[in-house]
Amino acid sequence: MTTTVDADAVPRLGRGVRMRHDTSRDRHVLLLPETVVVLNDTGTAILELCDGTRTVADIVAALRERYGDVPEEQVHAYLGRLVERRHVEMTK
Amino acid sequence: MTRDDAEQSPTMGTEKPEGPLGLLAELTYRCPLACAYCSNPIEIAAYRDELSTADWQRVVTEAADLGALQCHLSGGEPLLRRDLADIVATARDQGLYTNLVTSALGFTASRAAELHDAGLDHVQVSLQADEPTLSDRIAGTPSFDRKIAAARTVRELGWPLTLNVVLHRQNIDRVDQVLAAAEDLGADRIELANTQYYGWAWRNRTALLPSREQLAAAEVTVRAAKERLRGRMEIIYVVPDYYATYPKPCMGGWGARQLVVVPTGDAMPCLAAHELPLPRANVREASLRWIWEDSPMFSAFRGTDWMQDPCRSCSRREVDLGGCRCQAFALTGDATRTDPVCHLSPDHGLVESAVEAANEARGSRTDLPLVARPHA
Repeated sequence: MTTTVDADAVPRLGRGVRMRHDTSRDRHVLLLPETVVVLNDTGTAILELCDGTRTVADIVAALRERYGDVPEEQVHAYLGRLVERRHVEMTK
Repeated sequence: MTRDDAEQSPTMGTEKPEGPLGLLAELTYRCPLACAYCSNPIEIAAYRDELSTADWQRVVTEAADLGALQCHLSGGEPLLRRDLADIVATARDQGLYTNLVTSALGFTASRAAELHDAGLDHVQVSLQADEPTLSDRIAGTPSFDRKIAAARTVRELGWPLTLNVVLHRQNIDRVDQVLAAAEDLGADRIELANTQYYGWAWRNRTALLPSREQLAAAEVTVRAAKERLRGRMEIIYVVPDYYATYPKPCMGGWGARQLVVVPTGDAMPCLAAHELPLPRANVREASLRWIWEDSPMFSAFRGTDWMQDPCRSCSRREVDLGGCRCQAFALTGDATRTDPVCHLSPDHGLVESAVEAANEARGSRTDLPLVARPHA
């Protein structure tokens, strides 16, 4: 089962989830109760745009501006997985 | 804390070990509850000389400098420390994710507001059962109603809520009702953690170890609930290792990810390591960096060099890391032996006989008397 992501939805970090740079290991992480999720560069770029104001479509557009060709379905799939794990929530 | 962070493996060889991911700060062993499965040491009275506020603030800062990302504030009951919010504030200043692990007794509206202002990230409330009679009997004190009220306060203040229920012979038949109560409270997560037999739980093992039949029924319920609640409530089920084939990779490896500091300042790789025959390492006498990187306490079982057979030559030695050192010591008197819950352990009979007793001699009784831990 995969969670479908609506292009008009507005994602933000889930309740109790924090993102920070782990300076001693030089990487970005999501911090949750009892868990540390290590992010790769793509994940970091997407999650930095999940600010509770941008829509998923805005995020794809912003990523394309920065990185050129970004497949929409990959961003949707990534966010869908995070929503399922409640690391991200959709505000509409 | 044995199941997360699977991405990371412990550092081997002579290099400095990578820093810890988490600090478990056991602020006090005083507690208003008297749970018979408490992981605190039997000699609780020996831990009254607690670290000061300034000591804890230094420990938290040194842990963050070493690379820790999370700070779990536990006990005993951490709310009995009047300086809890000051310690939380320091941890937040250091960028740590702060997690309060509480019985919820003393979690008043004003205390909750103070902790919220200090930046506390998350609250985990323990429940002993889904209803007051059993919950209060297991907790050894009337507490159920206050726990429910506290859980509601957590959600009202916008915190994520985790419930933690230690499962054993006397409450495991009510897993379904426990899950319903958690749903009703709007919990984000529930940890259903089968008892691990250290400290007081070890002393009460006969009255706590469930039967095979009880476990099988609970596992069916949990599997169905995980499916039904997917995306709404996370369910973490911690398997009972006495019934497992292989041991758990305890703490993700000795001195690999977690750093525990107990009320008197002793630092240990695991919260059950009090009785292991290793030289103590105390934050009043040494820096946390020396303790983590160089102390005999933390070096003793790092990596795989310390292992005996069957672990030494086992293809799973990097998977389960020999299991739990504290369990090996409790059951065999030798902390370097294979964890006896492993079916390959020459000492596995010690576990099998406890399991057989739980399935035969006591019949269906689920209310055997418990030895309560003292409050302080």
